[in-house]
Amino acid sequence: MTEEILIAGFGGQGVLSMGKILAYAGIMKDKEVSWMPSYGPEMRGGTANVTVILSDEKISSPILNKFDTVIVLNQQSMDKFESSVKSGGCLLYDPNGITIFPTRRDINIYRIEATRLAAESGNPKVFNMIVLGAYVKAKQVVDSENVQLALEKSLPERYHKLIPLNMQAFSNGMEYLEGEFVL
Amino acid sequence: METNEIIKPENLVVGRTSVLKECPMHYCPGCTHGVVHKLIAEVVEELGIQDATIGVCPVGCSVFMYNYMDVDMVEAAHGRAPAVATAISRLNPDKYVFTYQGDGDMASIGCAEIMHACNRGENIVVVFINNAIYGMTGGQMAPTTLLGQITATTPYGREPKLHGYPLQITELIAQLPGTCYVTRQSADTPAAIRKTKAALKKAFQNTRRGAGTSYVEVVGTCASGWKLSPEEANNWMRTNMFDKYPLGDLKDI
Amino acid sequence: MAEIALMKGNEVVAEAAIRYGCDGYFGYPITPQSEIMETLMLRKPWEETGMVVLQAESELASINMVYGGASSGKRVMTSSSSPGISLMQEGLTYMAAAELPCLVVNVMRGGPGLGTIGPSQGDYFQAVKGGGHGDYNMIVLAPASVQEMNDFVGLGFDLAFKYRTPVMMLVDGIVGQMMEKVTLGDFKPRWTNEQIEQNAPWALRGKKSGEPAKYITSCFLDLSQLEGVNERLQAKYKVMKEQEVRFVNNSCDDADIVIVAYGSVARICRKVAQLAREEGIKVGVLRPITLFPFPTVELQRLAAMGKKFISVELSAGQMVEDVRLAVGNDVQFYGRTGGIVPTPEEILEQIKKMV
Repeated sequence: MTEEILIAGFGGQGVLSMGKILAYAGIMKDKEVSWMPSYGPEMRGGTANVTVILSDEKISSPILNKFDTVIVLNQQSMDKFESSVKSGGCLLYDPNGITIFPTRRDINIYRIEATRLAAESGNPKVFNMIVLGAYVKAKQVVDSENVQLALEKSLPERYHKLIPLNMQAFSNGMEYLEGEFVL
Repeated sequence: METNEIIKPENLVVGRTSVLKECPMHYCPGCTHGVVHKLIAEVVEELGIQDATIGVCPVGCSVFMYNYMDVDMVEAAHGRAPAVATAISRLNPDKYVFTYQGDGDMASIGCAEIMHACNRGENIVVVFINNAIYGMTGGQMAPTTLLGQITATTPYGREPKLHGYPLQITELIAQLPGTCYVTRQSADTPAAIRKTKAALKKAFQNTRRGAGTSYVEVVGTCASGWKLSPEEANNWMRTNMFDKYPLGDLKDI
Repeated sequence: MAEIALMKGNEVVAEAAIRYGCDGYFGYPITPQSEIMETLMLRKPWEETGMVVLQAESELASINMVYGGASSGKRVMTSSSSPGISLMQEGLTYMAAAELPCLVVNVMRGGPGLGTIGPSQGDYFQAVKGGGHGDYNMIVLAPASVQEMNDFVGLGFDLAFKYRTPVMMLVDGIVGQMMEKVTLGDFKPRWTNEQIEQNAPWALRGKKSGEPAKYITSCFLDLSQLEGVNERLQAKYKVMKEQEVRFVNNSCDDADIVIVAYGSVARICRKVAQLAREEGIKVGVLRPITLFPFPTVELQRLAAMGKKFISVELSAGQMVEDVRLAVGNDVQFYGRTGGIVPTPEEILEQIKKMV
């Protein structure tokens, strides 16, 4: 099993930390993992994206231009990365702020209204955990127990009291995943 | 007493310190370096710290200081002695670490390193020989060269519009909170030599206190570079340099 | 049980240094490697092992602090990225001449000049051909994973002291910035004074009574003395070439085309080899781990089997010169510059041209 994922959005949406939690969860499931951020000049203000690879084998290239799954969290990323999904792969997006919707019909398209759900929950910071829940529901490369362990491992002790809140958001994401176009 | 009697070891009243190796120095007649080397060696001997002292040599006339001093020494790249000494001192806090630099090495190419080492308050002794000229490379302008002074690269005299002003780096150093002792001395008379030795001794003792950087400038001569006899050089120094570089303590905490 | 973590390459260098008993780190911030010093400052190893961590005023100062620390027999290191490494060349040639051990990590970025912070391998020449003035070399280690960035800290220190030489870990920004699963090393204590005396008898530890004082210098004005120093250095480099060559041969023996690549590019090329084999083109990857000494002999062995070679680099063509020195001029080259990383598909196109 090898799952190559791109997560793209705005800086501040928690894109990099979502990728990190996913990578950690992969370690908990005994996978080889890599996490490669875009760290060029675009790092300051604007888009942020990260490539995460989970695999049963040693990971070769950490740099890819085709992905099994692309998660897009703003219009710019949709414009740029819809074409980067492998045929038969998966595109997951938050419709908030999207005006030009995906058109491909050779891939699975899912949506998660994470911005709305996060706002309704009263804690917009859990946005990325909602997206992660939706992703795990769609692809099932890791389990929620792996994610729980990943949070315990990656968060400093003083933040551990926030883990239940984050796991609740994760469950919401799993629950509210919508299939928009499924092959 | 007969001469034969006088030279017997038991009649020795004052001799060469054992911290100075028994070899002739290569310095020109009248040069200040030899005197200051001897003073450092005497201080190291008197404080009983020969086995705990590590020195850092500069690039300049005193590049081969390690040939004369019987203490462990390392030769630094041009201007970098304070950085080299920083690490030796931080990694070996039980050692007495000193740097020895001339005006070109310390106040020109090594200006950043000396300012920052002093600003960090590194627990080291800085010895700065200021003779207002580059000696080893053949008498070019140094940052401390006086206005009007003739050197190989200021053949018509140092002119501020062309060459900038003499740098009073010791006055700058004294303002840095990392320094605990900043003094300017000379070595042109027996009295001055005694005062310089006392200053060096205080500086090394400060290392024991861990009070910060101790900095001793010695205003010196370069008879060869100035193209004067040793005696004329001392007179020229007293007449011209002490005005710009007045002797005395700038700071003593 | 070994501790497993998810860490950036840069972060793991800091962790590995602490765990390997490094005595001191001296550095100056520059992207894309500042996480090394940031991680160290956050970890506060001076409270744990006594390791000194100091932010210097410049790269000139950092490398000269490393020079000072090494002269007293301590295991010291610095890290920087390309423009900062250029500034350190003075210190490195002095250390090579004075035969002082140290570890220098260069997380390369795009050049020349101030360039960009994107990944690059443009400092190959500088690293493997000396870099500063005079005849000297450094051992150059090229990690391709976060695990190797961890492992090569210890290896680097060991080789540095074995040969009394600066060792450079030459990394591209990709490996420095990426996170991977890494098995951390066990904690090793810093060397005691007795161990320093034993492992570095040449070090300045203060004059011992009855022994002459020691000095360390790179200044040998006597011409024949300096030639002697040069001969000693060259003899040392010859031993390195015989004993310290490291590489990974990834399915080269049954391949028709061998890609020579190091660092992250070698991993991209492993993907290329996989894609190529799916299309029936037999491709292997020869990854030098030591760039100096270079795996010349292994390349010559493969050349004798009649294989075609291509060097793929994040540069305008630097390592390819060493490949050509090993196997002759018939070596293809593909590279990207400016911080741009080629995709596997892009490299595959080049491979297809060779068939």
